[in-house]
Amino acid sequence: MIKAQIFVTLRAGVLDPQGSAIGHTLNGLGFAELSSIRQGKYYEVELATDDRKLAQAQLEKYCQTVIANPVIESFRIEIL
Amino acid sequence: MVESFVVNCYKPPMDNKQAIAASLDWSQAPAQSQDGLAAGLKIDEYERIVTALGRVPNQTELGIFSVMWSEHCSYKSSRKHLSKLPTTGPNVICGPGENAGVIDIGDGDAVVFKIESHNHPSFIEPFQGAATGVGGIMRDVFTMGARPVANLNALRFGDPSHPKTKHLVAGVVAGIGGYGNCMGVPTVGGETEFDPAYNGNILVNAMTVGLARADRIFYSAAGGVGNQVVYVGAKTGRDGIHGATMASAEFSEDSESKRPTVQVGDPFKEKLLLEACLELMATDAIVAIQDMGAAGLTSSSVEMASKGGCGIRLNLDLVPLREDGMTAYEIMLSESQERMLMILKPESEALAAAIFAKWELDFAVIGEITDSGNLELIRHGTRVCALPLSPLVDAAPLYDRPFVIAEPAAEFDDSTIAPTHPDSLLRDLKTLLARPNFASRRWIWQQYDHLVGGQTVIPPGGDAAVIRLTRDHVDMKKGLALSVDCNPHYCFSEPRRGGAYAVLEVWRNITAVGGRLQALTNNLNFGNPEKPEIMGQLVGCLEGMAEACRALSVPIVSGNVSLYNETNGEAILPTPVVGGVGLVDDVSKAVTIGFKSAGDLILLLPATRTDLFLNQKTSSLGTSAYRREVMGLANQGRPPAINYSLELATAAWLGQMMKEQRISACHDVGSGGLLVALAEMAMKGNLGAAVTLPAAIAPLVAGFGEGLWSYLLTASPTDAEAIMAAANTQGITIFTLGKVTAAAELKVENHGTISLSELRAGYDSFLPNLMQN
Amino acid sequence: MKIAIIVFPGTNRENDIRAALVTAGVAASNLQLIWHRETAIPAATDLIVLPGGFSYGDYLRCGAMAAHSPIMREVKSAAARGVAVLGICNGFQILCESGLLPGVLLSNQGLKFVCREVELEVATNQSIYSRKMVKGHRLRAPVAHHDGNYFAAPEVLAELQDRDQIVFKYAADDNPNGSALNIAGIIDSSRRVLGLMPHLENATDPLAGGIAGRAMFDSILNG
Repeated sequence: MIKAQIFVTLRAGVLDPQGSAIGHTLNGLGFAELSSIRQGKYYEVELATDDRKLAQAQLEKYCQTVIANPVIESFRIEIL
Repeated sequence: MVESFVVNCYKPPMDNKQAIAASLDWSQAPAQSQDGLAAGLKIDEYERIVTALGRVPNQTELGIFSVMWSEHCSYKSSRKHLSKLPTTGPNVICGPGENAGVIDIGDGDAVVFKIESHNHPSFIEPFQGAATGVGGIMRDVFTMGARPVANLNALRFGDPSHPKTKHLVAGVVAGIGGYGNCMGVPTVGGETEFDPAYNGNILVNAMTVGLARADRIFYSAAGGVGNQVVYVGAKTGRDGIHGATMASAEFSEDSESKRPTVQVGDPFKEKLLLEACLELMATDAIVAIQDMGAAGLTSSSVEMASKGGCGIRLNLDLVPLREDGMTAYEIMLSESQERMLMILKPESEALAAAIFAKWELDFAVIGEITDSGNLELIRHGTRVCALPLSPLVDAAPLYDRPFVIAEPAAEFDDSTIAPTHPDSLLRDLKTLLARPNFASRRWIWQQYDHLVGGQTVIPPGGDAAVIRLTRDHVDMKKGLALSVDCNPHYCFSEPRRGGAYAVLEVWRNITAVGGRLQALTNNLNFGNPEKPEIMGQLVGCLEGMAEACRALSVPIVSGNVSLYNETNGEAILPTPVVGGVGLVDDVSKAVTIGFKSAGDLILLLPATRTDLFLNQKTSSLGTSAYRREVMGLANQGRPPAINYSLELATAAWLGQMMKEQRISACHDVGSGGLLVALAEMAMKGNLGAAVTLPAAIAPLVAGFGEGLWSYLLTASPTDAEAIMAAANTQGITIFTLGKVTAAAELKVENHGTISLSELRAGYDSFLPNLMQN
Repeated sequence: MKIAIIVFPGTNRENDIRAALVTAGVAASNLQLIWHRETAIPAATDLIVLPGGFSYGDYLRCGAMAAHSPIMREVKSAAARGVAVLGICNGFQILCESGLLPGVLLSNQGLKFVCREVELEVATNQSIYSRKMVKGHRLRAPVAHHDGNYFAAPEVLAELQDRDQIVFKYAADDNPNGSALNIAGIIDSSRRVLGLMPHLENATDPLAGGIAGRAMFDSILNG
């Protein structure tokens, strides 16, 4: 079995209203050193295979078809 | 095409000296005809620019021309025919051409409203595409000084079984709700249809209705040389650069995989922008204000200056930016959401700045009004654009595209077709109610907050929504009846009748709740106008719409045109959506569709001269839902003809009866015909009916034909007598169809009985089932 | 009765609650809107209302950012002094995030925003918010939320039950969000702080929403 993590974030340059509102609140609470915060999504995945190459390829397909919308999001896969 | 251009444009990584120099070099480099092509301009359009300017434009200037001359901004294909629509009237304060239309509804109150499409972005990224569509139309309305009080929408999706449909429905509905709900504006109505013609090209049309004081309307015409140009709202990023051109270009299959032209919406920021703008508008600080929508800073600055007959100078170094290294081109073409441009009166800056600081929004003085008649842009301290405004606006191409309006189809004579089985009439009704285009839309509108504000008198699920109006937190007696409608099958079969019928449907929806239609907005969704048959659909629908508007004395005060709705050469059905605003004098007298009490009589009003079908015994199902959905013959036959004088007389009389509170329920008979309308009234009221169809007409035609009847009413037997008498004096014929019954079933004499629970099974479950699996 | 209505950026039902209170007989001059940046709640305030909406866009957990805004410190100290606090919808979420009420409101089980009328049951009339109601009585009122699925540890739920802190429940066959124990509204142990998801303020007008919610406002004002 292979375990993997998927991180989905908005592509660079795409507006992140969630991140900026959270950053604004933290700044408002006095955390002045915070200069940027971006929100993303994190997935834990298990695949019933030991073939890491296959896993990588399949995970990419998951991301491209369902998990991320490449129009606004990018993703990073980490096989553990 | 669009994409390669974006790749082409120069993006320095940081604001360092070398990058700045390169950026400026690119911005000022002469643009050639191939750059024009890449920006979506035709060769002759590029040449037109060179002629108008008397020189070759630079890259920044070409970008500005390309968006201003796009179909979206210039209406170059439709303008000639749009002029056929009546846009004036005694109640019109502001017709098309501003951010939204404005009408006077008496007592010093004005209604500001418009419908707009966000079709392409919603196909690529359904949630954000739909959300930003809603955000954009709300900005259009509050830019004019109105507080949005209701949202509506018109949606078209592909075949429910198409692999993308479910995902698109889920995303679009969540996106519309996500934005409107957060803004605190109730989404009170709409319509949704499915058809394979929209498989590759869905339609998301959003309408916002706002309330303002008639003497506090804000316009976009700039004025006052030396006045400051102020930028407020969100920061500018590289969002949706060339969205306006994209909305004017045909889709290709691989456009899904290309660079982002879809923006992410921030309804929270827009809520703050709304409150800040309305707070500032209550002062005397604003000369002009314009939303930065499609084509962003370009169209807002150009339109404001050109309408005001002045010039404008913008220092782009002062624009609040979200990203490093943006060129003048990118700043001018960015479609970042939730932004506004304002011209302030002298000495008002501190007041305005304080209000925007309170609402935690960016506020920047980025330029001034000049008397040069030019658009001047400064970037990195260098002038990168100096365009005379008049060629930008006045020299825009105007096309008289060739068109062919389809000949009316041959009419069927359906007078002899008969139900195949004693029960088949009601079985067909059950089938029809479970079809994608008739099943309950509850799954959709339950995801919209349709109650926020506490003024929703008639929620979604009726003929028209009714909201009550308030002033200074005090409820008024009056309210608005709101509806959107369009039958694309009618428009395809016979564009003129289809366009006219879209207007009539809205007229009837509003009349049926006790409203008087005041004005309309339209969203013209069509395919590629360079094809004569598509152009024919556009022209035919517009002419039909114009005919109906004139006959019913209703102006169209705002609208939007969305062309090139095609994928791989396949056009959508012609879909000229009409949105209407009606006035309800006393919302306590508004009428809903549900049956109210057993024993009420059910009355049926004909939509055409009765002798035409009662005496000759010939009648047709036309291009009805029955022919399409039950007989399997799509887009055949003719849409109904309209008897305007009868519609006017019926509406006036109905209004009087409702004022006298003699009518307990009312429903207009539209798509699906009499039996569908009857079933909807029964299901809504949870009461049954026992009826007899008019004997002189073939039962299928009487039950499912769409041009025969206008409204179904119920009234107590006592009121029914008075109603009949009043109708008589007006020359209006009424059939007594039957009675409301306590038994939860529909009984049609000679055609059997069906229980409401059996009808509900398919009606209620279609959408939930579709979206679950 | 003096009432303070707290307005956060993104609050959007402040006028709905204001209208319901005026309908119930509160003089407009006794209603005050308090902007979230303010650092004090007017003296002699009897009731603080946290209305519905999307404070800060609900961009973190619902209510989480509002719970940290300056005015909430004042709300907490007022609550500690015994001032009544009513949080509706987003207000309920803020009360949970700020620790004034136990538990948390998760995303609806259906993962969708839901706006519809639901059947509610008065679970107790031992509160200043329900004292004019009959225990077990059913009423219909609308909900409009994406995150109304009340969740708490089993021992917290047991305590809420044991101490009669559940004020409103959804009818068992009409739970719109998957809320534990069909909880629609709970009160704190002081019995002064109420959080509820349904918009009873949108059920006080015979022309728009009906009048089933009036009994709550009657309870608040006419103890």
